[in-house]
Amino acid sequence: MAEQATTSQGFATTFTAQQIKQLERQSRRENLGRSWYKFRRNTLSVVGLVAVLVIVLLAIFAPYVTPYPKHAGAFTDFAHAKIPPSLEHPFGTDQIGRDVLTRIIFGLRSSLLMAVVVLALVVPPGVLLGLLAGYFQGTWIDTVIMRITDIFLSVPPLILALAIASVLEPNLWNGMIAVSLMWWPWYTRLVYGLGITLRNEYFVTAAEATGASTWHILFREILPNTVSPILTKMSLDVAWVIIIGAMLSFVGLGVQAPEASLGTMVSDGAKYLPDQWWIAVFPALAIVVVVLGFNLLGDGVRDMFAAEEI
Amino acid sequence: MSMLNFLVRRIVYSVFVLLGLSIVIFIIARILPGNPARMAVGERAPQWVVDRITEQMHLNDPLPVQYYYWLRDAVQGDLGLSLVTQRPVWTDIKETFPASVELVALAGLLAAVGGIGLGTLSARYKDTWVDNVVRLFSYAGVVTPSFIFAIFFVLLFGWTLKWFPIIGRLSEGVAAPPLVTGLVTVDALLAGQFGTFLDALRHLVMPAVALAMGPIAQEARITRSSMADNMSKDYIAAERALGISEGTVMGRFLLKPSLIPTVSILGLDIASTFSIAFLVELIFNWPGLARYGMDSMMHKDLNSISAVILVLGAIFVTVNIVVDIIVAQLDPRIRLSAARSE
Repeated sequence: MAEQATTSQGFATTFTAQQIKQLERQSRRENLGRSWYKFRRNTLSVVGLVAVLVIVLLAIFAPYVTPYPKHAGAFTDFAHAKIPPSLEHPFGTDQIGRDVLTRIIFGLRSSLLMAVVVLALVVPPGVLLGLLAGYFQGTWIDTVIMRITDIFLSVPPLILALAIASVLEPNLWNGMIAVSLMWWPWYTRLVYGLGITLRNEYFVTAAEATGASTWHILFREILPNTVSPILTKMSLDVAWVIIIGAMLSFVGLGVQAPEASLGTMVSDGAKYLPDQWWIAVFPALAIVVVVLGFNLLGDGVRDMFAAEEI
Repeated sequence: MSMLNFLVRRIVYSVFVLLGLSIVIFIIARILPGNPARMAVGERAPQWVVDRITEQMHLNDPLPVQYYYWLRDAVQGDLGLSLVTQRPVWTDIKETFPASVELVALAGLLAAVGGIGLGTLSARYKDTWVDNVVRLFSYAGVVTPSFIFAIFFVLLFGWTLKWFPIIGRLSEGVAAPPLVTGLVTVDALLAGQFGTFLDALRHLVMPAVALAMGPIAQEARITRSSMADNMSKDYIAAERALGISEGTVMGRFLLKPSLIPTVSILGLDIASTFSIAFLVELIFNWPGLARYGMDSMMHKDLNSISAVILVLGAIFVTVNIVVDIIVAQLDPRIRLSAARSE
């Protein structure tokens, strides 16, 4: 089977299906190369990427890389409580004798888990609703979806997340549900904004004219053109979800003792300020480092997808 | 659309948004596992009391009917009794709200002055060390949550340097000024008690700065990039060519159009500060609305939780309207539209 295509010189030539596949693959590879170039052009993005990789690896292999893996849970050793930072305990020990460094590394796990689960729960419905509302702009579907979205966007996400988490049983999973219930409208609004422009593009009109199904138009025509803004938002949102997760556990509505989480460690440690400052300060710094890493990475992803600017 | 027309439409629309929010809150409060009547009277109350409360709270009626009763009371200012304080929720809110307003007002002022100031400085000295310092600070400010700033401030300025008190609104032994506005600083000035004013101000500084750090950083970033964008516009080059001094160009012709994105974000930031204050008020033991909301969440005090969220929602939509009006004033090209997402 042969198809008409145009070469870069502008001559019409005939390609076999296989050649077209190969050309597609080649251009995809070139695009990836260009994106990677845009990403690594900014040193800070690379720093962010490395930081995130280190954080993720530390979290995954926490039981093997931490000096005192037993200290992650319910462990008490009052003889070694409140030891200031030393060679054996680089970040000191907490009020019941657990190694702060170990607990920080284990605490990364719940932070990352929260980010992954929340985004996984939030992005599909948020994007789907945005696609529907955008494509059916001006109909009742648009009205219903976007007015509900407006309601959720009418309060800062933190309060409703706190409220939902507080009426449920306080634990990590309910914290995730609470944050997820608050987060989808941002994706709906993002995709809606893109969708109302894309629906008037020629490729959509062309698909409509050829009788393509709504499903095909939504997922094959419109969705692929919204992927980069969605990915950019997701990469920046990881940091926000981690912050909100830390806030939830800081007020006791997230991860429950004895499990380690950065927010809980800060709030528990704050009781021992200023004399045993290390119990709260190191987890607090850890939150800053994690958020900074994901933010730098997110900025890099944004640059990667950004249209070439001069 | 005329300003009046716009205002009316936006207000009507906001009322509907708030009604929607009240439905969401009502659903959250009612799907809660457990009997609200039992929770209201406590574990040891006899069954007949629970039954009577159930009757009073219309808990045997279908949900839409329950919502109708709840809304009818809420519109009349009756938000129910708080389980924790055993007082009408509305009284509690009126009492705690001024403390939060005082905090957020100072934080907002700092965010506006600091953010726009730093942003302008950064744009004026673009690509010099001044710019780099401001950008570094902005990055740190954006990525550090306010409760972490609060902890560091308590440790550094409260415990170590002892510059500022770390809890409450007034020092022990300092009598509160006669209640007029509820803002301790303003009341102290009205009563002519300058010492009390200074004491209240010293208590305000750390929580307000902790809350303002994020917004300052955010506003500085936005002001800088927006000024940098406008800097390369033809009209700025024309003004420079006419020999207008750099200060006048920056202050009069560049700043105003560059403030449009800053003002939009600043408004949202100030409104969100009320909710971020949840943690900061907790750390500084600040007797504000957020602290009250936090307490009611810890005690699953549904009436108070619902009321606090509604109040914060009302603040949020109001601020949104105000921001749109200010932005329209700054930029005559902007046409006002009734709904944000349209």
